[in-house]
Amino acid sequence: MPHDDPFEHTGMSPSGHPYRPDQDGPLTRFQAMEIAIRELLIEKGVTTEAEIAAAIAYMDTRSPAGGARVVARAWTDPEFRARLLADGSAAVLEMGFPIEALKLIVVENTPRLHNVVVCTLCSCYPRNLLGLPPDWYKQRAYRSRVVREPRRVLAEFGLTLPEGIQVRVHDSTADQRYIVLPMRPEGTEGWSEEDLAALVTRDCMIGVAVPRRPQ
Amino acid sequence: MAEERVRVKALGTWGLHVRTPAYLRGKTGIVERRLGPYPNPEQLAYGLKAEALPVFRVRFTMAELWGAQAENPDDTLEAEIYAHWLEPADAA
Repeated sequence: MPHDDPFEHTGMSPSGHPYRPDQDGPLTRFQAMEIAIRELLIEKGVTTEAEIAAAIAYMDTRSPAGGARVVARAWTDPEFRARLLADGSAAVLEMGFPIEALKLIVVENTPRLHNVVVCTLCSCYPRNLLGLPPDWYKQRAYRSRVVREPRRVLAEFGLTLPEGIQVRVHDSTADQRYIVLPMRPEGTEGWSEEDLAALVTRDCMIGVAVPRRPQ
Repeated sequence: MAEERVRVKALGTWGLHVRTPAYLRGKTGIVERRLGPYPNPEQLAYGLKAEALPVFRVRFTMAELWGAQAENPDDTLEAEIYAHWLEPADAA
């Protein structure tokens, strides 16, 4: 249905979602401020439109595929894995992932330890490796519950951990960012890094899932 | 190396910007590693000149954090705490 006809988009759409009004209102104060400051910075030669467009394009390229490449490399290259665990920021820089303002700590799952990441204070997240955080990561339910009842939360994500595995929650309260280095699934010996990376989802690197070999 | 036991100070903050979650205040843990120094976010947040502070990754047991309500007492939690929020665990 064309959206410039006189049809009033009110109530529920045919797909069962409520129509939202078009954004025809005036700019908010902060939208106006952002435009004014951006135009001033360009006018005064501090930055250029091309630089701003390139920065936005870079931000849009960040996705969990980056983190998955790092994990797959760590699974196949023991020396890289050692460097990654010793200094996460320096190791991912080797692979071309810029260090952003905050440093990276990589926490490794083992047969005795399962790691899961949260930011109880807000939504701190390793965006250079994973892109933007999922909505649930930012919501109060996840942030408040995973520090108190991590096993129940993980079970709700479909991950039930046996008693013998310690759960360790990492609360990103300050200047470090965290990703989980999951365990390499059994039966993947000889796989290429690319095929291994395809098993590593965003949730595996937050720690609410573990990679599984397709059956 | 001996474990370094520290306690998070149980300070109130009256709505100010701090990076020490309320659920960790007054709780005791061990230092997992030392980081930093990093500028004090409580000064940065208000445009003040920020002091560079060591930051400690402190490991707590769920038993320490939640007592008898802990889901699994031996599970652990780690968080980054700025130096001025910590005191030796043997302090009165």
